[in-house]
Amino acid sequence: MTQPFRLANGGGIDRSRTLRFRFDGRDYEGHPGDTLASALLANGVRLVARSFKFHRPRGIFAAGMEEPSALVRLGAEPNRRATDIALYDGLVASSQHAWPSLTFDLATPIGWLAPLFPAGFYYKIFFRSPALWRQVWEPLLRHMAGLGRAPREPDPVRFDKTHVHCDVLVVGGGPAGLAAALAAGRAGARVIIAEAGGELGGALLRRPGQIEAGWVDTVAAELATLPEIQVLTNTVAFGRYDGNYLLAAERGERNRLWHIRARRVVLASGAIERPLVFPGNDRPGIMLAGAVETYVNRYAVAPGRRAVLLSNNDDAYHAAAALQAAGVAVAAIVDLRAEPGAAAQALVDGVTVYPGHAVVGTSGRRQLRQVTIRSLAGGATRTIACDLLAVSGGWNPVVHLFAHAQGRLRYDETLAAFVPDATDAAIEPVGAARGSFDLAACFAEGAEAGNRAAVACGFAISEITLPEIAASTEAAPAAVWLIPGDHGRKSFVDLHNDVTAADIALAAREGFTAIEHVKRWTTLGMGTDQGKTGNIPGLALLSQALGRAIADTGTTTFRPPFVPVSFGLLAGRERGPFYDPVRQTPMHDWHVTAGAVFEDVGQWKRPRYYPRPGESMDQAVRRECLAARDGVALLDASTLGKIEVSGPDAARFLDRIYVNRWQNLAVGRCRYGVMCRDDGMVFDDGVGTRLATDRFFLTTTTGNAGAVLGWFEEWLQTEWPELDVLCTSLTEEYANATLVGPAARPVLAELAPRLDLAAFPFMTMREADVAGVPARVFRVGFAGELAYEINVPATAGLELWQRLIEAGEPHGITPYGTEAMHVLRAEKGYFIVGQETDGSVTPLDLGIPVAADKDFLGRRSLRRPDTARPDRKQLVGVLPDDPAAVLAEGTQLIADPQSTAMLGHVTSSYFGARIGRGFALALVAGGRARHGESIYAWHDGRIVPAQVCSPIFYDPDGRRRDG
Amino acid sequence: MLLIPCPWCGERDEIEFHYGGEAHVSRADPAATDDAAWADYLYMRNNPKGVFAERWVHQAGCRRWFNLLRDTVSHRIIAVYKIGEKLPPGSLSAGSHGGDP
Repeated sequence: MTQPFRLANGGGIDRSRTLRFRFDGRDYEGHPGDTLASALLANGVRLVARSFKFHRPRGIFAAGMEEPSALVRLGAEPNRRATDIALYDGLVASSQHAWPSLTFDLATPIGWLAPLFPAGFYYKIFFRSPALWRQVWEPLLRHMAGLGRAPREPDPVRFDKTHVHCDVLVVGGGPAGLAAALAAGRAGARVIIAEAGGELGGALLRRPGQIEAGWVDTVAAELATLPEIQVLTNTVAFGRYDGNYLLAAERGERNRLWHIRARRVVLASGAIERPLVFPGNDRPGIMLAGAVETYVNRYAVAPGRRAVLLSNNDDAYHAAAALQAAGVAVAAIVDLRAEPGAAAQALVDGVTVYPGHAVVGTSGRRQLRQVTIRSLAGGATRTIACDLLAVSGGWNPVVHLFAHAQGRLRYDETLAAFVPDATDAAIEPVGAARGSFDLAACFAEGAEAGNRAAVACGFAISEITLPEIAASTEAAPAAVWLIPGDHGRKSFVDLHNDVTAADIALAAREGFTAIEHVKRWTTLGMGTDQGKTGNIPGLALLSQALGRAIADTGTTTFRPPFVPVSFGLLAGRERGPFYDPVRQTPMHDWHVTAGAVFEDVGQWKRPRYYPRPGESMDQAVRRECLAARDGVALLDASTLGKIEVSGPDAARFLDRIYVNRWQNLAVGRCRYGVMCRDDGMVFDDGVGTRLATDRFFLTTTTGNAGAVLGWFEEWLQTEWPELDVLCTSLTEEYANATLVGPAARPVLAELAPRLDLAAFPFMTMREADVAGVPARVFRVGFAGELAYEINVPATAGLELWQRLIEAGEPHGITPYGTEAMHVLRAEKGYFIVGQETDGSVTPLDLGIPVAADKDFLGRRSLRRPDTARPDRKQLVGVLPDDPAAVLAEGTQLIADPQSTAMLGHVTSSYFGARIGRGFALALVAGGRARHGESIYAWHDGRIVPAQVCSPIFYDPDGRRRDG
Repeated sequence: MLLIPCPWCGERDEIEFHYGGEAHVSRADPAATDDAAWADYLYMRNNPKGVFAERWVHQAGCRRWFNLLRDTVSHRIIAVYKIGEKLPPGSLSAGSHGGDP
């Protein structure tokens, strides 16, 4: 018979349909409405995991997201909780952390060695001997450690994101949450209700029959008709941040990250049941009482055949009652209290109740076989055969989202739980989440909070009718954190990380008093479950050991995420090519066709070089360099930042920004400019052209285009609002084809017959048609050769480029990339921002003159004692004695091969095609006074001698550049 | 994530903005400032626990700079006001070290 533990009647599952699934290679059946955990239990699968540290057999402990033990691999995704995976047809899951199998795990002896692994064992053992660590412990730990296996394949799930604003976000679809959503929704507020489970109802699904049947369905139906309400199931709100910004994970058929900005949050996140700490409290078959009740009532599963209940409260008696109603024998109720409530006892029929008793031991290797009980007053023990032990230590409000954004908690002695303290207008906890476990109170608080939130958002109060419920008559719970007796090392506090009561006690003896320290020393609450069941008992045990009030111990910090979320969910579709925008120039397709190798410059794709068949990068770059020096070459410089600065005060503004003057620049002329931050350090450079008295066209480095525009705007808005200046980014409006080399003139002449090239001197601009396109041609360049930067509207960029290539063909025109561009400029000693500069280099360090007769940003800083030092690192050239040597960029430079005293470092280094040797630019202390001196580089594992020289290696008087 | 009321665009998510540090730091007169005072202007900023006047720019929006009063403990935004406007009177409690208008 399949599903031998499935109940014949009841539950929220759909028996008319069967779902097939596979766990650890065996096939099973379940029904829609099941979780993986409930379906496994229905099939009698009770051993589902091995524990993290000791490889102890573990079963299903809870029925929701708090599950500490039943972690499985779902498809490729590790560490999913079996208890909140909605079952689907074809589901494939497997256990983790056991080898070769769950029932026969070779690492089981680890558990027998448990005394060797006390709290903080990794700090104690592994620090003793480095050799032992390297040879024994590290290899062993690498083999054993880790929880689950990280998948190697891309996540097959497609994740989406939704950004949404709402008036009221209701977290939790239980009685309090439904009442809140209904009240706020009827008032007209825009409401989102996020429920972690697959259906609405919350605690009403665990314990139906307290109110009229169908209430949840009626409410759900009404919520569906209200236009401003969105109901999200299978959605866990897992983080709350400043300004009531929440993140929620929807997993299942839709996998979606919700970014929710809520004006008000009603927190109806319910409560999580606490376990009790007694020897052997971790065997498969030991389960939280609320989970037992849930499996019976919601999933129609008997989690065992013969049960015992261990409780400190009346509420858990409902689990026993549910088991009895389902036909499961309840062998005994062991109550830690001397006087269990009368109403609770009336729920069960003919069961022996042992008041003032405790479970002091359990047995059963792969699942529970019997428990041993004893009176708290001492005396003889008694054994009871059972395969299910339902445990309840009371309930903890789920306060995580309240606490995430600084909400304070308070310890409530009566409830023996931490509850939200000071109220925060932005988030109102209601029902069990604030410690109100009475159902009538949950409904009332939810409705009131829903109305309050709606009114705060400007809506009128609405009327809702709530189910009638008799007031609770439960007796108070008793806080018993540690059952008296001998605990050895088998009384688990944190099932996920195998932290025992003995570990907590040891930490206290070793002097740890702060709960945050104890957490890190013992790993309490550091598992993927973040101690949802174990943390509170753990801190209570610490308080007991230290003789301190629980309130004085306090909790560890609650941080998002409330539940584990996969990286795929956070990434959404922003992965692979969509991770970051890719910017391409108008000529990109031509470069691709030409076989260019690209490099990323910021977000831009720029051709690095254009290899011919069989050519190496070095060969291609050398060929491209020589073409620019001897013939004609073409560079796509469209990525240069371009800013137009206009207005009556444009020149005055630029004079303040740049170290050089602009007011005296004639219209139609260009000038090289450098700008500093106010601390005197070089920020960016480029060429500016005066288009008209009140208009300048400026270029910036490719990577800094946005930052320079922002810099201009910041000073104009904040410091110099009196200046009448407008800045416009034109980076993507213009394509730039730069024609370089002694043979550039005839190529341009053919395409721009009306442009008088003879009367077109260096550092001027002409407007003319080039290839029939209106263009601005700038007689400037970065290679030290005759050069024309031809700017046309971006839409005409590709056409211009193709025409230049055609016109240049008779002259052997050669496209070149950024690598040759770098070599050419370095031969000329031109620095590059971000390569020769790093935020600590002034214009003076680079040998750039600054205007003496005006103020500019950074000028005052150049007089500071540190920036005026003569021994600052200055830009120099470096020639290795071996002409074939090309020093690595970043190489450290020293004055004396016997010393490690550093003089500076290499910033750029290439093989110079024209100068025919390796050469470098470097920043060297007092470098300008060292020209001709020897220097040594630590290169390729040896000391390489070199000479300091001028950074200009080619055409020092600029004749070739001037054409 | 803060919800920042841009004086020109209204409430927008923090990701649209860029932080600009302490507000009301006037650029010292380069001609009349000794090295110590100049270094103070360049590098030294207040970092109070409590109400703080700071600059923000609506980078991915209107690209306007503005001032904002924020409690650095609770992250509550108390006021926004335009560049050049004085800090709202009474907005700094006694003992806080917010911007010096």
